[in-house]
Amino acid sequence: MSLLEFSNVTLKFGGLTAVNDLSFEIEEGEVFAIVGPNGAGKSTVFNLISRFYNPLSGSIRYDGHDLLKVKPSGVAAHGVARTFQNIELFEHSTVLQNLLVGRHRHRKTGLLQEALFTRAACRQEIKCRQEVEEIMDFLDLQAYRDKMISGLPYGVRKVVEVARALAISPRLLMLDEPASGLSVEETTDMRWWIEDIRRQMGITVLMVEHDMGLVSNVSDRVLAMADGARLALGTPSEVQAHPAVVAAYLGRAS
Amino acid sequence: MDNAQLLVSGLANGCVYGLIALGFVLVYKATEAINFAQGDLMMLGAFVTIGLANTHYMGLPFWIALPVSLGIMGALGYLIDRLIIRRMFGESQVAVMILTIAMGFVIRFVAGLIWGHEPHTLESPFAGRDVRIGGLVLGMEDVAVIVVTLLLTWCLYVFFRRTRLGLAMQGASQNQLAAYYMGIPVKRVQGNVWALAGVAAGIAGILFAVRGSVDPSTGLMGIKAFAAAVIGGFGSLPGALAGGLIVGVIEPFASRYIAAGYSQVVPYALLLVVLIFRPNGLFSQVRAKKV
Amino acid sequence: MRVVFKTGYMQDIRPWKDGYQLSLYLVLLVAVCAAPWWMDDFYLGELTNVLIWAMAGMGLMLLTGHTGQVSLGHAAFLAFGCYTNAVLIEAGAPFAIAFPAAGILTGIAGVSVAIPALRLHGVYLAIFTLALSVLMDDIIVLAEPLTGGVGGKYLGDVSIFGLTVGRWTTPDRFFWLVLGATVMVTLGYINLLRAPLGRSFIAVRDSEVSAQAMGVDVSRAKTVSFALSCTVAGWAGALMGMYSGAFNNETFNVLISIQLLLMIVIGGLGSIHGAFLGAIVVGFLPQFLSIMKEYVAVMFKGGAVAIPGLETGVFGMILIGFILFEPMGMYGRWLKIRTWLELRPFCRKDMFKRRKSYLKTERLR
Repeated sequence: MSLLEFSNVTLKFGGLTAVNDLSFEIEEGEVFAIVGPNGAGKSTVFNLISRFYNPLSGSIRYDGHDLLKVKPSGVAAHGVARTFQNIELFEHSTVLQNLLVGRHRHRKTGLLQEALFTRAACRQEIKCRQEVEEIMDFLDLQAYRDKMISGLPYGVRKVVEVARALAISPRLLMLDEPASGLSVEETTDMRWWIEDIRRQMGITVLMVEHDMGLVSNVSDRVLAMADGARLALGTPSEVQAHPAVVAAYLGRAS
Repeated sequence: MDNAQLLVSGLANGCVYGLIALGFVLVYKATEAINFAQGDLMMLGAFVTIGLANTHYMGLPFWIALPVSLGIMGALGYLIDRLIIRRMFGESQVAVMILTIAMGFVIRFVAGLIWGHEPHTLESPFAGRDVRIGGLVLGMEDVAVIVVTLLLTWCLYVFFRRTRLGLAMQGASQNQLAAYYMGIPVKRVQGNVWALAGVAAGIAGILFAVRGSVDPSTGLMGIKAFAAAVIGGFGSLPGALAGGLIVGVIEPFASRYIAAGYSQVVPYALLLVVLIFRPNGLFSQVRAKKV
Repeated sequence: MRVVFKTGYMQDIRPWKDGYQLSLYLVLLVAVCAAPWWMDDFYLGELTNVLIWAMAGMGLMLLTGHTGQVSLGHAAFLAFGCYTNAVLIEAGAPFAIAFPAAGILTGIAGVSVAIPALRLHGVYLAIFTLALSVLMDDIIVLAEPLTGGVGGKYLGDVSIFGLTVGRWTTPDRFFWLVLGATVMVTLGYINLLRAPLGRSFIAVRDSEVSAQAMGVDVSRAKTVSFALSCTVAGWAGALMGMYSGAFNNETFNVLISIQLLLMIVIGGLGSIHGAFLGAIVVGFLPQFLSIMKEYVAVMFKGGAVAIPGLETGVFGMILIGFILFEPMGMYGRWLKIRTWLELRPFCRKDMFKRRKSYLKTERLR
């Protein structure tokens, strides 16, 4: 059974069709990339999975559950984490605090326990912090641990977003343009991290990315989209050679 | 017959609310800031005119005092922007809102220092005269208020729709940085809007003082005008006027037909209902932020 | 700068940085506890007032400073708590039941307000709550059988487990009662902020979208924040009622709502310290001004003049100064001064420079 299944999903904003009868499946443990020109509906796919939008028709299934029955805030509880294209961090908190919010779905204490800070709340905190410190070690963020987000450079913020998503302990990690705006070195780092995330942590990765170098290096399968519909699906080299993809990127001959 | 008279005085009241609301909307449209001090500016406008025109103070002729006080109010509006609001360029909406609340406190204090806390009325040529239309006897001041308000709203509407400056103001409100790149002098535009809001407050103040007495705490009426602006929808000038008229007309009818005590609740209850069911006012529209 | 070498998770979890900081706060607490012995009754009363305002400030701080929901109507909840407490005591309930119940009922009232207001953002929520505060005034008048209407109510001494406590008869006991309540609320607040719930509030404040993606139920977080904030406001209101003794619909008018919001802005949004610092300004400003007036009168050899509205005017000016030059409030300024002192030979000129941000509208047409 696939981890995530899109079948015949359509979404319209007024007259504009953002996603048009889209179907694809993501298998557990793979790195799956979505590519396509701007406005192809890539980020909309993410927003559909995050339940920010309701599709007009079609179904989205995750791990055998109907995802459309889950509340937007319940998606994370199923182990789906994401990053955002235009970084959406908690600006006035430290890196550590940002990551701790990621652990929110593992909260087991109630209001009273937290207000009195009982032993249970304390134990939970310690556990939370252990997990978060490991992630910070993994992504090399210890130097920024107690820094405010608002003072951090762009490249570091991108990594903090990934770290915060990892703090959820996800099964499916969605990365929205993880390499956009990064330098060549930072992109290389990101590539190794994505591979490690998949290999060491066993997390399935779904990403939207424009950098074809990164895509062909890390992804197992690639979905090419244009105008909200599927153009091609296959290994990176298959997709890059597909005539419809070439036409969409370079314009149709004649 | 009675109802018609109630309607006219309600409309005249509503026009004053509408004019204050107009000031809110002007500033909001152009700078996306909410000016809670608009009611206090209105009060100040009334007092400036009283200080110029009343025989107890300077005793200038009414028709000379009028443009002078509007000029003072315009300059004051410009100065408020130049000295205070301009430093808040790019800060959050809530911070600017809190700042204008504090400005209102200061304006009320200054007015109290200069003119004292007793109620004053403006000596105007309209006082005590009547206008007869058919069988209706209407106060001249009521008619003047309604006519002036309609005229002003129409002028502002045309200004925002047709003139370059008006369009520049709209552009500046939607995205400061983009407007800046397009060559719109965002800061100067903002200054002009504040000057305009000052003049609008001055007119509202004069019309208010013509019809009744003013004291420094009159500025708190701004809260009611605020309700009017929200009911009408924050983005639209005719909407603000309509909201003002709705509130103005509801009040006298409510106090006549509903038990005492409940009547002053009505405008605010209406505000709450509008906010709950049409959170962005009856006429305007806001869409969710894109991620 | 004191750098703490961290060797365990508890060092991050516990609310104090190191033993030095902890001992400072303990000394402060002991000094305040002992206030009845080293202060005269007048200043003890003023200090009690400051503590009550600080408590109300903490209520609003949780909602506005930490959850980002601006309320211009908290006087309505102060009033609700005050009247609930008074009505319950009149009905014969002992203080030990009436007082907690006042807070909890106010919290429930807060939830019933929060649910319709959930869709409102920023300034619209401020307007909504402002209208609520105006309405509360009229509602108190209308509910005359319960509230005494314009005539108001009088709440005298209460008995707590056999001890008589009153603002005028036993100012020291009343002070300890207020201090105890304030310390409890403060500790609960600190605990919340280091636990998942408090972090979820801050997440909602900074980015609702990403809070949701992290599994925070945004509506629920806002509702809980409203409930807690109003509970604390209810307690503060109950204490305010006992402090003033007599109160009516005018006691908790819109201006109190506005003043409360301005107070926490002056103190510094987003910090518990801010609520206390702001309360000190609000509480001691009138005293300070009257002393200044006498001083000025002596200097110019004139009689003291009464200037009505001076306090609100000066308060407004202080606030304008803070928003323009120190948006982080008194606590933010203190942090900067402290950092500067600690780093002293090694600080750069532009270290505390504010970053320019440009408004990007969230409104589309």
